[in-house]
Amino acid sequence: MDSNRSGRRGFLKSAALAGLAAGAGRSANAQSGGSEAQPKDTHSHGEPSHFAAPAGRAVTRSITHTTYYTPLAESVGIITPASLHFMQAHSRLPDIDPAKYSLTVHGLVDRPLMFSLEDLKRLPSVSKIRFLECLGNSSPRRHVSSGKPGSAPVTVQYTHGIMSCNEWAGVPMSVLLKEVGVKKEASWLVAEGSDGSKYTYSIPLTKANDDVLVAYMQNGEPLRPEQGFPARMFVPGWGANHSVKWLRRIMVVDRPYMTWDQSVHHSVVRTDLGDKSRWFNFVWPPKSVITRPSAGQKLPGPGYYEITGLAWSGWGRVRKVEVSVDGGNTWKEAKIQDPVLPMAHTRFNFDWTWNGEEVVLQSRCTDDQGEVQPTLAEMNRNWGRSEKDRLEPSNDTYHWNAIQPWKVARDGSITDALFA
Amino acid sequence: MRYSLNFLVPLIILAAPVAGLAQSRSYSNVGRTPSEEEIRSLGIIVGPEGKELPPGRGTAKEGGELFAKQCAACHGRDGQGGVANKLVIGSPGNPHRGTFKDSDKHPIAYWAYATTVWDYINRAMPANKGGSLSPDEVYAVTAFLLYKNGIVAETDVLDAQSLPKIQMPNRNNFLPEKPVWPPNPKKPSWY
Repeated sequence: MDSNRSGRRGFLKSAALAGLAAGAGRSANAQSGGSEAQPKDTHSHGEPSHFAAPAGRAVTRSITHTTYYTPLAESVGIITPASLHFMQAHSRLPDIDPAKYSLTVHGLVDRPLMFSLEDLKRLPSVSKIRFLECLGNSSPRRHVSSGKPGSAPVTVQYTHGIMSCNEWAGVPMSVLLKEVGVKKEASWLVAEGSDGSKYTYSIPLTKANDDVLVAYMQNGEPLRPEQGFPARMFVPGWGANHSVKWLRRIMVVDRPYMTWDQSVHHSVVRTDLGDKSRWFNFVWPPKSVITRPSAGQKLPGPGYYEITGLAWSGWGRVRKVEVSVDGGNTWKEAKIQDPVLPMAHTRFNFDWTWNGEEVVLQSRCTDDQGEVQPTLAEMNRNWGRSEKDRLEPSNDTYHWNAIQPWKVARDGSITDALFA
Repeated sequence: MRYSLNFLVPLIILAAPVAGLAQSRSYSNVGRTPSEEEIRSLGIIVGPEGKELPPGRGTAKEGGELFAKQCAACHGRDGQGGVANKLVIGSPGNPHRGTFKDSDKHPIAYWAYATTVWDYINRAMPANKGGSLSPDEVYAVTAFLLYKNGIVAETDVLDAQSLPKIQMPNRNNFLPEKPVWPPNPKKPSWY
């Protein structure tokens, strides 16, 4: 269980530390008689207004996972700033000098090859706006506060914030695979990162050759260190667990390689499958969430509000988003805002006038395959859960796409109503 | 004779790519050929057949001492769990029977392949210095954990030949049996 959520407190603490470090640097300079450093030109790489509130990422830490959550409640549009993109790490972040970086492609190939970052940049490039979502995003256990004194209440940032949407650019994996010449008997590849755990995942070559990237840019900038600088694998539409960061090698093989994260950690025991485990959960099913109004916010009084949120599907484009303002009894279509891209966040808006009574707000996504986002009850039924072992906040499961209800109380305060 | 030879020419051209001749590179000025040593220095990733396993050997008895020194601080005494995952369910000679719950995923008895145990320990453990154990040590700790889960005997020797042959008790309880993409037939998105 993740605990010690700090959010803003963590931000303030690190800001204070940074201030201390800067002060120490100045006094050392003065002692050595060096000239005062020129003030930093904040326009060469622009910074937010000093009036802008520090809506930073919240963080949870456990021994195996450090997770920073995107502040979705603040967002409008579909693009997450790189600085606010969610991140999850399983060990210390590697600090890679791009001049010393290389990606080796080997295994069942005609000729193994090694590419520097410059090499990757010389190859044909493509960019794609795509969502990236952790396989554990919005999982039942994220619908309970840690309960510790001072811990943050459940908000959309915590329930759904291990997900973001960026423009990713790089070289198509298909180009690299063609350069090395894949042997006839090959069918999968294994991607390995250079973090402390040598995080490793395998994907079928059919997907790799279709739309997978070796990405070195996000939102027009080099990857952030926490996103795998200088290069990562990016697997559109699939759980972010497939998109291996700090990519150091691609090994072409003839079967899935059953590495720990893939064959153990990310599997899900499923009652509907006779208590067998579902592994290789590739694609994110259709999903949506109202980002505003959402849990933790408070409506100042009756009147007009815009309900806004995000919808997405790993299978393709969003076809329709419906909103219910009466606990799911009736649904009306929301306005879908351009652009509507495949495997990308899609923004929806819905005009609403609150009458001051208690209401439950929720959204439902239908994708272009005709698949519909399920309610919690439907999810329990799909996964074969009976009344006595239905999914509850104690379940740490993956691949969770239930409809998210928010309850607005008469005083305007909003809470998570999924398990209420 | 003359006619039949002419007839054969197009057939040979058509057959050439199918025969597996290496296709040439499109961007031959980009990237370089790594040396054998450079590829070796990346280390190994062990698949379910275990064909990448290196020489070496170990038993549960040897692994127990190493586990106490290198692993127990996080995984608890004998892998019973601590700040890091519990690795044992069942006991020596008495493997876990019946189904597993989601909370039982980390004990080794749940894992489908013994090779996964070796591969993960080899590349990722101990967490503060992954990759620091020798092949003998990895075989020994793997043997110890399999023994504690009731899967091998204390004196069984694990090496590149014996490890991939271990039949893991939960091996046949994973779906889909053979992951393929795209799925055929397509399942509902919640599957």
